[in-house]
Formats: sequence, structure tokens, C-alpha cells
Amino acid sequence: MADLTPEEIKHHVKTYVLVFVALAFLTIVTVGISYLDLGLGASVALALIVASVKGSLVACYFMHLIDEKTTIYWTLLVTAAAFLVLMFLPLGTMAVQVQV
Amino acid sequence: MDIPFTVKNRPDTGLYNGKLGVWLFLASEVMLFGGLFSAYIFLRTGAESWPIGADILNVPLATLNTLFLISSSVTMVMSWASLKLNDLKKFKLYLGLTFLLATAFLVVKYFEYSAKFHHHLYPSTNNFLGIYFTMTGLHMLHVIGGMIVIFYFLVPGVKMWDSNPSRFINRIEIIGLYWHFVDLIWIFLFPVLYLL
Repeated sequence: MADLTPEEIKHHVKTYVLVFVALAFLTIVTVGISYLDLGLGASVALALIVASVKGSLVACYFMHLIDEKTTIYWTLLVTAAAFLVLMFLPLGTMAVQVQV
Repeated sequence: MDIPFTVKNRPDTGLYNGKLGVWLFLASEVMLFGGLFSAYIFLRTGAESWPIGADILNVPLATLNTLFLISSSVTMVMSWASLKLNDLKKFKLYLGLTFLLATAFLVVKYFEYSAKFHHHLYPSTNNFLGIYFTMTGLHMLHVIGGMIVIFYFLVPGVKMWDSNPSRFINRIEIIGLYWHFVDLIWIFLFPVLYLL
């Protein structure tokens, strides 16, 4: 993000305001969904989908990931792989419990 | 001796060193919080019963705190954009607002925690409260850490703007990266702990 013209920066600022409106709206949506009686599975899925959309907006626009160098993409790809392993570890232990 | 590549990009990485450093730090932070999210799944799937967060925790206060944090992310990125537009006054305004919003977040968290303690709900009460206090407590420490750095750039650190503006802009960009990450963690903590 080093060589942006003032016009480009002003354009970015408009995007930041739009992203903020989207984040505030999605926060209300998240809370709204929790009041619906959807069952645990659907509630978890929907809440995580909305949170992921919000997280992606923050990462892509505020953290400028949409326009970054490949060094960072590779770093994050490895991180994401390790993170997924962490998330699936508890599920692995569940599978073992079922077998026993 | 000068620290290399604080302004210019390193030819092999295409980035100034501080930026790659902060991204690597954030990668380690993903694993720190990831371990706790993993522990949460482990505890919840192994529990005979698990409370709904909203029955114990204060959802309106947490919603307000979510709005505080996303607002502080916008003011943070606006402070960086203001420097890019050569407007130091607006930079100070936006970074000051970021600090105030972070303070508001902490005040709300203080009321939330004290209400729990008042009702004799402690981390040792059950596994739900154990993981709730651990995750929100660690997140709160990150907010406090960010506030210390923000305060530094707002008051003593701002003099670098006169001596080396490009380097100062980069410093604000990377404290911004950290701050947005803290916001991002809360975006996941909020539904996981309070709503599900």
C-alpha cells in the first residue's frame, strides 16, 4: 500500500465506510439469527457463516489482504492449514471415543 | 547502524520488514487463539449439557462492545489514510477516537465481569465460564496491549512524523494490522460464546 495517489486513498476511505456499514448490519443480523429457533446445527452453521463474512471483510479491506504480496498469502496459507488441524483435533478425539 | 528496510521493501519478500514481522506475529496469534477455540470445541462436544451463552451472559452489552470494536477498526484505518493524505490533525483525531472506543470496550467488559462476580459466577464455576473468562480475558489483554501502543503513537511516538514520515506511516499501518486482528478475534468470540 506504499504508492497510492491521494485520489486512490479517498476512494479507499469510501470503501472503509461501506465496510463499516456492512459490519454493523451483519452484527445485528448475527444477534437476530440467535433469536430464531433454528436448532443447534443450523444456528451454529449460520452464526459461523456470518462471522466468516465479517472476518473476511475486515481482513480483505481493513487489513488490505485483497491487494497484498504473495509472501503474506503463503504465510497465511500455512497458518490456515495448521489452524484447521487444531479445529479438527477435538473431533478426532470424539471419533476415538465412539470406537471405544 | 540503521535498521534495514523500515521504509523500502526488501527485494526478496516485496515487503518492508515490520509488515512481514507483524504478519508472522499474527500467524502465531492465530495458533494461540486457535488452541483455545479448539479447547472450546473439545469441552463443548464432550459435555453432557452445555448452557446457551445468552442465558448467562449479557448479549446487549456484548453487541454494544462489538459495535465499539468494529468502529475502532474503521477509525484506525482512517487514521492511516489521514497520514497518507498528509493530514496530521485528522490522524490524531481518528487515532484518539480509536483509543476512546477501546476504553469504552474495556468499561463495558468491566461491568460484564463485575456482574458475573457479583452473582458468584467465576472461572471455576463450570467449564463454560472457565473457557469464557479465559478467551475473553486473553482478548481483553490484547486490547490493553494495543491501547498502550496506540497511546505511544498518539503522544511520544508521533514526533517521528517530522523526522521520517514514511516510516511513521508504516508503523501506523502495522499497529492497524494488529488492531484489526483483535477486532477479527472478537467477531468470532461474540457468536461462539454469547449466542450459541
